[in-house]
Amino acid sequence: MSERDMLVEVRDLKVHFPIKRGVLFDRTVGHVKAVDGVDLAIARGKTYGLVGESGCGKSTLGRALLQLTPPTAGEVSFDGVELTKLAPGKLRAMRRRMQMIFQDPMSSLDPRQNVESILTEGLQTHGIGGDREGRRKIIAETLDKVGLPRWALSRYPHEFSGGQRQRIGIARALVLGPELIVADEPVSALDVSIQAQVVNLLDELQESLGLTYLVIAHDLAVVRHISDTVGVMYLGALVEEAPSDRLYTEPLHPYTRALMSAVPVPDPDVEDRRERILLAGDLPSPANPPAGCRFHTRCPWAQPTRCADERPALREIGDSRVACHFAERIASGELRPHKVSVEIVRPEGEGEEPGVVSAPSEPGSFV
Amino acid sequence: MTIISGKKREKIDRLAELAARDEERGVSLWQDAFRRLRRNPAAIVGAVILTIFVLVAVFGPFFVPYSPKDTMGIREGVVRVGQGLIPGHSAEHWLGYDHQGRDVFSRMVVGARQTLLVGVVATLIGLAAGAMIGGVAGAAAGLGGRWGRWVDATLMRFIDMLLALPSLLLAVSIAALLGPSLTTVMIAVGMVSVPVFARLLRGSMIAQSNSDYVLAATSLGVRKSKIALTHVLPNSLAPVIVQATLTLATAIIEAAALSYLGLGNPDSALPEWGVMLADAQQWLGIRPALAIYPAVAIIITALGFTLLGEAMREALDPKLRK
Amino acid sequence: MALLDVEELSVTFSRRGQRTVRAVDGVSFSVDAGQVVGLVGESGCGKSVTSLAIMGLLPRQPGLQVGGKAVFDGTDLLQLDDRSRRDIRGRDIAMIFQDPLSSLNPVIPIGLQVTEVLTRHRGLKGATAAKEAAQLLDRVGIPDPKRRLKEYPHQLSGGMRQRALIAMAVACQPRLLIADEPTTALDVTIQAQILELLKDLVRDSGTALVMITHDLGVVAGMCDTINVLYGGRVVETARRRPLFRQPRHPYTVGLLGSVPRLDAGRGERLNPIPGSVRDLLPWADGCAFAPRCTRRVDACVGEPPELVRTHDARSYRCVNPAPLPGVTPQPQPTEATGPAPAAEDEVEKA
Repeated sequence: MSERDMLVEVRDLKVHFPIKRGVLFDRTVGHVKAVDGVDLAIARGKTYGLVGESGCGKSTLGRALLQLTPPTAGEVSFDGVELTKLAPGKLRAMRRRMQMIFQDPMSSLDPRQNVESILTEGLQTHGIGGDREGRRKIIAETLDKVGLPRWALSRYPHEFSGGQRQRIGIARALVLGPELIVADEPVSALDVSIQAQVVNLLDELQESLGLTYLVIAHDLAVVRHISDTVGVMYLGALVEEAPSDRLYTEPLHPYTRALMSAVPVPDPDVEDRRERILLAGDLPSPANPPAGCRFHTRCPWAQPTRCADERPALREIGDSRVACHFAERIASGELRPHKVSVEIVRPEGEGEEPGVVSAPSEPGSFV
Repeated sequence: MTIISGKKREKIDRLAELAARDEERGVSLWQDAFRRLRRNPAAIVGAVILTIFVLVAVFGPFFVPYSPKDTMGIREGVVRVGQGLIPGHSAEHWLGYDHQGRDVFSRMVVGARQTLLVGVVATLIGLAAGAMIGGVAGAAAGLGGRWGRWVDATLMRFIDMLLALPSLLLAVSIAALLGPSLTTVMIAVGMVSVPVFARLLRGSMIAQSNSDYVLAATSLGVRKSKIALTHVLPNSLAPVIVQATLTLATAIIEAAALSYLGLGNPDSALPEWGVMLADAQQWLGIRPALAIYPAVAIIITALGFTLLGEAMREALDPKLRK
Repeated sequence: MALLDVEELSVTFSRRGQRTVRAVDGVSFSVDAGQVVGLVGESGCGKSVTSLAIMGLLPRQPGLQVGGKAVFDGTDLLQLDDRSRRDIRGRDIAMIFQDPLSSLNPVIPIGLQVTEVLTRHRGLKGATAAKEAAQLLDRVGIPDPKRRLKEYPHQLSGGMRQRALIAMAVACQPRLLIADEPTTALDVTIQAQILELLKDLVRDSGTALVMITHDLGVVAGMCDTINVLYGGRVVETARRRPLFRQPRHPYTVGLLGSVPRLDAGRGERLNPIPGSVRDLLPWADGCAFAPRCTRRVDACVGEPPELVRTHDARSYRCVNPAPLPGVTPQPQPTEATGPAPAAEDEVEKA
């Protein structure tokens, strides 16, 4: 797959946020490794889906890719241009080609701007469309593309429903004619029936405009639905990357399996039949990730050797890339899952060392 | 499946439209807030009080029956302080005379103008200085990166110093420095509210800087300075405006307090409610009403500003918007 | 007889100068002992208000009107005075909310909050209460329960907090548990844990569970009977298999078509419902869903659609329901009430 035309290439990207403490002077007491060494490439005209649970760093990765959050280390090349070393002015000019869609359509729209002003802002910034008339024409076309009526122009965001607001957000991104769109949880704030409208709209826009997407979401079903390639993140790193269909039929990483089995399917027959892999305990704190494989504390397949002390690198198995020492032996059924004791995980900000406690009554790691 | 008739379809759409929307044109946030303000009885009461106050302050002095400086009571021999004689209300003098034989009603009306002037100018001084410092600090802290944080920290330490001084003490020392005058009172009262406005605007701007629409504007490629001016600042103003309304109330009371302490206009011939209150305390035994008139006027005016301010806070609260 | 019978429940908020809002507009459903019943719908369909009205937890404000009945074990909950309602709440009926952090008091240790329930409803005190509390936490899968009792809500993760809330809810072995979006704020893997826990509790204790959610996947996995709500009314009720296999109400059909399925392939177009939840027709003027419905006919407007009951414990409120496979589609007569002719409905073979 490396032979194809890649629009975006991310190499060993790291975003570390300092944890500051202190009354008078801020003292850095540690780092939250939100993104800790991610490599990925997005093919032109395709959709790359990024899934993971809250705190896995997927949103930070998306923002760091667009240089909205400065990366700590690593490279991001967009159509051959290295973004991390670009001067601020040049970067601003580049922004025209890469846009973002946000999760909460209400908070991502300035409540004091009407739709026309929201859509004009980007055009003015980049001097697109020439005069007022030219801009009007572009805006009208964009409204048609996202399915918003003309009368929307004079209205303010709070006058629209959630789905329409998200369309305004999409129009704002689209009006500049970008090549890449990073969509961070584009549908998770919307009602079920509206989610489908927006998902279909994104699909149609990709077909007609040849857009490249990076879709970030926690909902594996949504991500699988719109993505060609799916990357699964856990605690700041990719644990598996595979073509969308393959990820479902042949998940290789234990975390992918667990995630997949946890997603409810609206079909009683499937729900009753499927084997459920219940993960024990919570996500460890990204400020203090486990050594070795980050998943080994919750992994039902964790082995006494290697898992706890050697961090697995992403390696290719067939069409997939997976970061697990024992992926082949798990896939072949040679390794069997076992029960995992629960580890107490403190919510962010609690500096306490996680103490391992066995919990015999944990309602079955497996069902 | 039967084909739905055109008329029925129209009806369905119309009903749905009616249920979904009530207005045709776009309504901005300010319009929306104003609409909610109009529905609030407290806001109406506050607005009525303030309208009367402002009308009296602006036009009243042209219609007063007597000059507020005219010591006619002494001249005519009606007011004899030495004998404890300060006549109360009568047909010619609605609120009676004061201790210098001046017409109290006229003084109250003219005093309204002075009081309004002091309140508004003092608040404007505080608002201008506070918003300037807070705006720069807020923009620097929210969007400015490492350098911005330094600018912010420096400005805020200065504000903390101001905040550390007790407000009345600060006002007294400013007044002592500049000598007693109306200007002194206005500056002193204004200075006291500077830290309040600065902190409020800064906090509000930092909060707004973290919102998604600022990130969205950044990702559009808009310059940071432009984002600060066109997005962050306008969205941070609501609490400041509410605070300004509330400050007007306290400014009037504080100005009165300073005048009462003798730091106000030394020329007591020009009436101001605080000065009138201060003067009246000597004659409480003879005619307590002299103190009651300005006191009640101050309380009612402050109440008007407070009612309106609180109602505005409610109307502008984004959480209460549907 | 059912454990809980909700009949024609309605909740309206009216405020001077504003349009009256009918949040719940004639909801009826029943819950049998030991059963898991789902209330499914999108935002604004009235599912949460329904549960709050049953529990008597709606904020008291002028203009709030609650009508209809909610009969729990022979007593109408809506007619009870505050005192007896408080007695029932927590002891016989317990509730679990969406956001575990805001449902727990941040300044009181978990242990005290659990023992409070035990003291209030079961009269347990001191060491006995503490011991029972520890057992409860253990039962909901909180490791090292004795230590956890002394901790404050912010020291627990989201999943653990929800477990603590569940522990408090089941402290008095209630006969009915109402869970309002209990897993919406949680991650999928944690959601799976909590759902499994709820299933175990229902199985072991025989507690009836009302599951309020927007997630069709969640109901598919756990509910015996499902009520689909739209615009403040139940539009379709069915047992879970028939509902998912042959949804009759066009809204149910639309919802199922809108959800991307994990087991579907890439690129399959979804079939969304046009319009938004705001495009609502008042029920008094016809079917609330009519403006968005692809199957609407003349009869949809004018009068609210009657409830059609079929023999397989299914009912729906639609004059032109989605056809069953193998039946020629034809509009149904409006007056079809009561048990419908069996010819049209496939008998569920199970």
